[in-house]
Amino acid sequence: MEPSTKPVLYSYFRSSCSWRVRIAFALKGIEYNLVPVNLIKDGGQQRSEQYSKLNPMQQVPAVEIDGITLCQSLAVIQYIDETRPGPCLLPVDPKARAKVRMISDLIASGIQPIQNLSVLQKVGEEKVPWGQHFINRGFQALEPILKETSGKYCVGDEISMADICLVPQVYNAERFKVDIGQYPTIRKINETLLELEAFKVSHPSHQPDTPANLQA
Amino acid sequence: MRSDHKILTGFYFRSSCSWRVRIAFALKGIEYNLVPVNLIKDGGQQRSEQYSKLNPMQQVPAVEIDGITLCQSLAVIQYIDETRPGPCLLPVDPKARAKVRMISDLIASGIQPIQNLSVLQKVGEEKVPWGQHFINRGFQALEPILKETSGKYCVGDEISMADICLVPQVYNAERFKVDIGQYPTIRKINETLLELEAFKVSHPSHQPDTPANLQA
Repeated sequence: MEPSTKPVLYSYFRSSCSWRVRIAFALKGIEYNLVPVNLIKDGGQQRSEQYSKLNPMQQVPAVEIDGITLCQSLAVIQYIDETRPGPCLLPVDPKARAKVRMISDLIASGIQPIQNLSVLQKVGEEKVPWGQHFINRGFQALEPILKETSGKYCVGDEISMADICLVPQVYNAERFKVDIGQYPTIRKINETLLELEAFKVSHPSHQPDTPANLQA
Repeated sequence: MRSDHKILTGFYFRSSCSWRVRIAFALKGIEYNLVPVNLIKDGGQQRSEQYSKLNPMQQVPAVEIDGITLCQSLAVIQYIDETRPGPCLLPVDPKARAKVRMISDLIASGIQPIQNLSVLQKVGEEKVPWGQHFINRGFQALEPILKETSGKYCVGDEISMADICLVPQVYNAERFKVDIGQYPTIRKINETLLELEAFKVSHPSHQPDTPANLQA
């Protein structure tokens, strides 16, 4: 299916969920237009009436593609995987696919939402211990799972949606000063992935909306 | 693909994530052996050494199926959808599939994890306002989305993973005394689904571990 217009991605440079979609676009070689949404300025641009029409959850990312609007990063990623050529982002084997989804969901449901901006804003002063607690809890579970499933990457030796979820979550962990050294499998896979072009070009330090002091 | 191996599941009667998987098994007509995991007794049986080997996140559900152990309800549901006959739990059309995943993830990442037991235990005394806040925030987003995507069910007129996620989340909302009347589309679809056998037989009020005072 040839799209007639480029997809539009509403993204914040440092949003791990936005980064996941940027990685997927890069892996698939898909060009897109990026519209920055600043989650802090103006009371949070994601709360504007205009943006709320795109994503009533008032979160990033949102994607306009093939005439529809999609939110939820893993729904976007699987949609582009199913409609665009290029490397598959999920394995063919159903058991391996299930492992990829399990790892992706452990991160995208089990960790990230609990240390998401809107939750941290409600937690108030205890944000950092809160974030550390839930990231550590998730990584303590993920480490033994990855020991079992990983080859070069999270599941075997092919890059998948699990890897797409892992790297941005490690970035978040580092922002919360979580010691990744406790999780050697996570650390090793993360380092391997960060060497790849798709993970570099999509990195928060290289985005149109990256503040000057945070650019690489 | 028929499997001759037994399917073992770790479920809690009132866990919305467990209920999603029970619905999926019922829709597909799959028999399974249910092992109750009491999230409250004994400091939470999900924290036992034995259960932690099955699911290092120490959460329900966990499923032993076809020689592998899977956690994360949506990974389990899509695995059984891809390997078992019976009604499809996701549409064939990629755009409709993406809508199903978007709605499922709005619930399974955007609402439920934030009002999950382990988060509530950390919130402490303000559990009920906390749960109400995040459920209302999610439902305020879901209502306009469903207005656009729904027919008889969440996406068009076929039951999907989105419906499987919706009903247990409405049950959670009611436990937090959220007024579902504010969300007429959600309420209507929920009522339609609750009439179906798969949603009745899997209901928390009918489980082997349902306490006597909560049985229907």
